[in-house]
Amino acid sequence: MRLALAGVSHHRASLEVRERVAVDREAAAELSRSLATSGGPAHEAVVLSTCNRTELYVAGDDGVVEHADRALLELAGPGAPALSPAAYRLADESAALHLFRVAAGLDSMVPGEGEILGQVRDAFEAGSPGPLLGRTFRMALRAGRRARVETAIGESPASIPAAAAALAEQVFDGLAGRSVVLVGAGRTSDLTARNLRSRGALISAVANRTLEHAERLAASFDARSVPIEELEGPLSVADIVVSSTSAPGFVLGGDAVASVLRARRGRPLLIVDLAVPRDVDPALGAIDGCFLYDVDALESVVSATLDGRRTEALHAERIVSEEAERFRAWRASLAVVPAIASLRAHAEGIRAAELARLEGRLPEGDRDVVDTLTAQIVNKLLHLPTVRLKEAAVTADGLLYADVVRHLFGLSEEDEA
Amino acid sequence: MAELLVWLTVIAYGEAALVYAGELRGHRRYSMLGIWGVRVGWLAQTVLLVAQARSADGFPWGTWAGALNLLSWLLVTGYLVWGCRPRYRLVGLAVMPVAAALVVLAWMGGGTALGSRGDGWALAIHAGLMLAGLASFTVAAAMASLYVFEERRLKRHDATVLRLRLPSLEALDRLAARTTLAGLLLLSAGIIVGLGWLDVGGLDAAMTVAALIWVAYALALAVRWEAGIRGRRFARLLLGGLVLVVAVVPLTHFAA
Repeated sequence: MRLALAGVSHHRASLEVRERVAVDREAAAELSRSLATSGGPAHEAVVLSTCNRTELYVAGDDGVVEHADRALLELAGPGAPALSPAAYRLADESAALHLFRVAAGLDSMVPGEGEILGQVRDAFEAGSPGPLLGRTFRMALRAGRRARVETAIGESPASIPAAAAALAEQVFDGLAGRSVVLVGAGRTSDLTARNLRSRGALISAVANRTLEHAERLAASFDARSVPIEELEGPLSVADIVVSSTSAPGFVLGGDAVASVLRARRGRPLLIVDLAVPRDVDPALGAIDGCFLYDVDALESVVSATLDGRRTEALHAERIVSEEAERFRAWRASLAVVPAIASLRAHAEGIRAAELARLEGRLPEGDRDVVDTLTAQIVNKLLHLPTVRLKEAAVTADGLLYADVVRHLFGLSEEDEA
Repeated sequence: MAELLVWLTVIAYGEAALVYAGELRGHRRYSMLGIWGVRVGWLAQTVLLVAQARSADGFPWGTWAGALNLLSWLLVTGYLVWGCRPRYRLVGLAVMPVAAALVVLAWMGGGTALGSRGDGWALAIHAGLMLAGLASFTVAAAMASLYVFEERRLKRHDATVLRLRLPSLEALDRLAARTTLAGLLLLSAGIIVGLGWLDVGGLDAAMTVAALIWVAYALALAVRWEAGIRGRRFARLLLGGLVLVVAVVPLTHFAA
């Protein structure tokens, strides 16, 4: 049984190419089924399709690698030749190692991003795995979980909106119920607001020079809209302010705003200034309890956390290597399993034949005793050879040991079949 | 055996402090060793205190050196309440060097020896409560120092602020206040026991200092609740309070 992978990912394929082979969950499930039951060399199949990759994992007889490759080209449809240079084909341990790295987030655009582990799980559940792909995907999920639990690879935010939300959590003890004021109705403040809201914060007010824009964004958050000139009121009660207008000068600054912030008497306020040129007078950051982050400050935080992710990625690579080694050992042990089974069957055949010869010559009670006794002797005799064979299986001598056992005990490949 | 336990305690506390210092510099791989150092040291010191209690005739920590020994144990016990949580572990950076130094001072003054002559149990309760109060103030000051450190990182836009995650400012502020309140209640109980059960005579320097500390911390809490002094200013009050304790308590209580 061989394992094969054919796929394209963000590393070598443009978005246009990836779009050609992208499939949704239902289509992935259908493709997995058709690959596994089409009568070709493939017996098992799982299709992993995300915005960054589409990969076909197939297990089956010889020729399965080419089968997977053809299936990927067919998926791309007309124009498939353009896909070929961007596609990769891997087999057996290399394919498994790749999957483990994918599950651990090590092959992602942002190292350690957490979404991929769930996507691998979904693909596995929707696919048509058998013994080999089932085991491979379970080990991949285990590698992904270990990478997240045993390293800090997924802890730090990798985008400016996520960094802003994480900074808010460094100031406040949880964001549930925190009041957020948006200044400007641009896309960046929208993304940041959604990130904050996903952590429990409440968008209480949206201020913009064009009130209609503010009203539109406020409606999507169930917040109120206010003219930008009347910000002092919301500022006095807000916990977090996100500002991203296209104004040429400071929108938040001057003595009026400073006195509002001073009146908070040190009550924390996080101001996230996403605008270029800046919306918020940097002098406000000096006021007690006011924490002001502009785009440069946020980018340096994101950059440092990405550096941290890269360091943690080295630890995660070690975990993936351990899991890949376990996979290799498991695959190698499969090579000696038929020899072990044959040896045990051979011994059991001898035992049964000898018991049959005693049939009618032993009282019924004694026969049970002899049956138990001989079974125990056979088990004890075969225990150590079985263990030794399994140990040898993970080394280069595994198949040699299996051949020696076959030769010594007169076992044949037909017996194993 | 006492010597062995003392040095095991000092080494374990010192190891924890070193690991925490390393964690602060970004070396996170061995951070679990820090909290295990605290646990091992605390267990060793607990065994030492039990051995002292069993071998003494009465309260064995009535001397200044003995009191330091008990104070360091109470300090680490207080820290362990929070320190087991990963985000609060770095409070130990302020607590563990102090605890190790207190044990060394106690050892130098003979406060870790077995078979000492003990004092009455009224003094035991009084001293125990007073020391527990002081330990609480020290833990509160550790949290306050962590608050000041974290606030400075946020204000200065330290790029590593999300790589080394500390408790949020609000949580540190709230827990420092609660620990201070607990310390004040323990100190109050200690003073009441001292006035009620001990033959205190007239007002002496030790009593004056105890009252001064009580008033200082009560004022700190009062301004927090009444005037809304929180955050950095409250943290500075707590750090100032600890400076007061460190400056005057040794002079009035341990000078003999």
